[in-house]
Amino acid sequence: MTLTWPIIIAVAAVLLAPLVGGLLRGLDRKLTARMQGRLGPPLTQPFYDFGKLVGKSRSVSSRASIAWVWSYFLLTLTAFALFFLGQDLLVVFFILAFAGGALAFGALSARSPYARFGANRELLQMLSYEPILLLAAVAIYFQTGGFTVYSVFEANQPLLPFLPLVFVAVLVALGIKMRKSPFDIAASEHAHQELVRGVYTEYSGPHLALIELTHWYELVLLMAFLALFWVQPLWVGVLIAFAAYFLELWIDNIAARLRWSWMLGASWGVGIGFIVANLVLLSVLL
Amino acid sequence: MGFLKRARVKSPWILHYCTGGCNGCDIEILACLTPLYDVERFGMLNIGNPKHADVLMITGPVNWKNREVLQRLYAQTPDPKVVIAVGACAATGGVFHNCVNTLGGVDKVIPVDVYVRGCAARPEAIIDGVVLALQKLEEKRSGGVAHAAGAR
Repeated sequence: MTLTWPIIIAVAAVLLAPLVGGLLRGLDRKLTARMQGRLGPPLTQPFYDFGKLVGKSRSVSSRASIAWVWSYFLLTLTAFALFFLGQDLLVVFFILAFAGGALAFGALSARSPYARFGANRELLQMLSYEPILLLAAVAIYFQTGGFTVYSVFEANQPLLPFLPLVFVAVLVALGIKMRKSPFDIAASEHAHQELVRGVYTEYSGPHLALIELTHWYELVLLMAFLALFWVQPLWVGVLIAFAAYFLELWIDNIAARLRWSWMLGASWGVGIGFIVANLVLLSVLL
Repeated sequence: MGFLKRARVKSPWILHYCTGGCNGCDIEILACLTPLYDVERFGMLNIGNPKHADVLMITGPVNWKNREVLQRLYAQTPDPKVVIAVGACAATGGVFHNCVNTLGGVDKVIPVDVYVRGCAARPEAIIDGVVLALQKLEEKRSGGVAHAAGAR
């Protein structure tokens, strides 16, 4: 392949992702409100929140956390760009894991019990979903013969009919990565505050805005990964990703929070179990 | 910048703290979040962290025990911020007026921008108070009013 098109796509994705991610978050808040019988904020609310946070005065508990926030943002951006360049999924997930770690280390560098609890739980969340994402990449390798995003596009059939259980496992990982109930363990959502804001407690103002921006990139990246399960043609995959997003919001609204040990059990048991079962079935049946 | 100024008014995150009232006003504040009033329509969120808050919503007459907590919450909230004293107690001490253990109002400790009357304050009045506070928040951006007249 020539390198021109992937670069154009990646640049376009990096530029458009904040818009798409912000609108997705707005849709999230709107739909959540509707499910609760409320009207909800406008669709553009995340952008207002972002703008307001940028305009707040800077106050940090620890200067190291600024470095960690920026590395969280830049590492996620790197993973994002690599994905849209059609590069290796394993590398994307490894960089994403280090980015998640940076968020937790930033919280740990402030002397706050709430941030500390949140950071520990964030690391536990990563422990839960990382094996799923990595094994999903392995499953994609078994199906397409390559670890790259490009190889998925090269394959002549969609992945989902062959890897349905892997998709279910990835949905579990999506729930944890989106920090939604029942997995909003590290940074309790706004109304439930026994952890204050967990891993985000010590971040404020522009740094919190940067974290929010990174979440938008993360969200678009995860949606793109879900869409990868059906890229012949691509619009089916996009529809599947949106359906998965809606399912996640629905689960968020009907589920209470799990304890971290339950999360670990569920994600390792269901997630890894499903992926292994899928690979075994695939090798037996085909 | 126009957008940043507009965003400030469109996204007030509220920290709610009770300084020893009867919890009547607190229940009314939380009632604002319910489907009947649904203040999230205006981007308002009830947030538990002073470091993320824009609006401090204080109820109760303030006593000697939680005076310091209130001062600390005020200090931890990044600028620009507004303070709303909700209910009769927060304004003047209310039914606790002249009690030895209370200070008689939020403005004895931190500067207050908006007073919401009522015992307990009605949700409609609280929402009105927030709208008024947001106008002051906008002025603060342009270096206008620092805090309400009469506040100490």
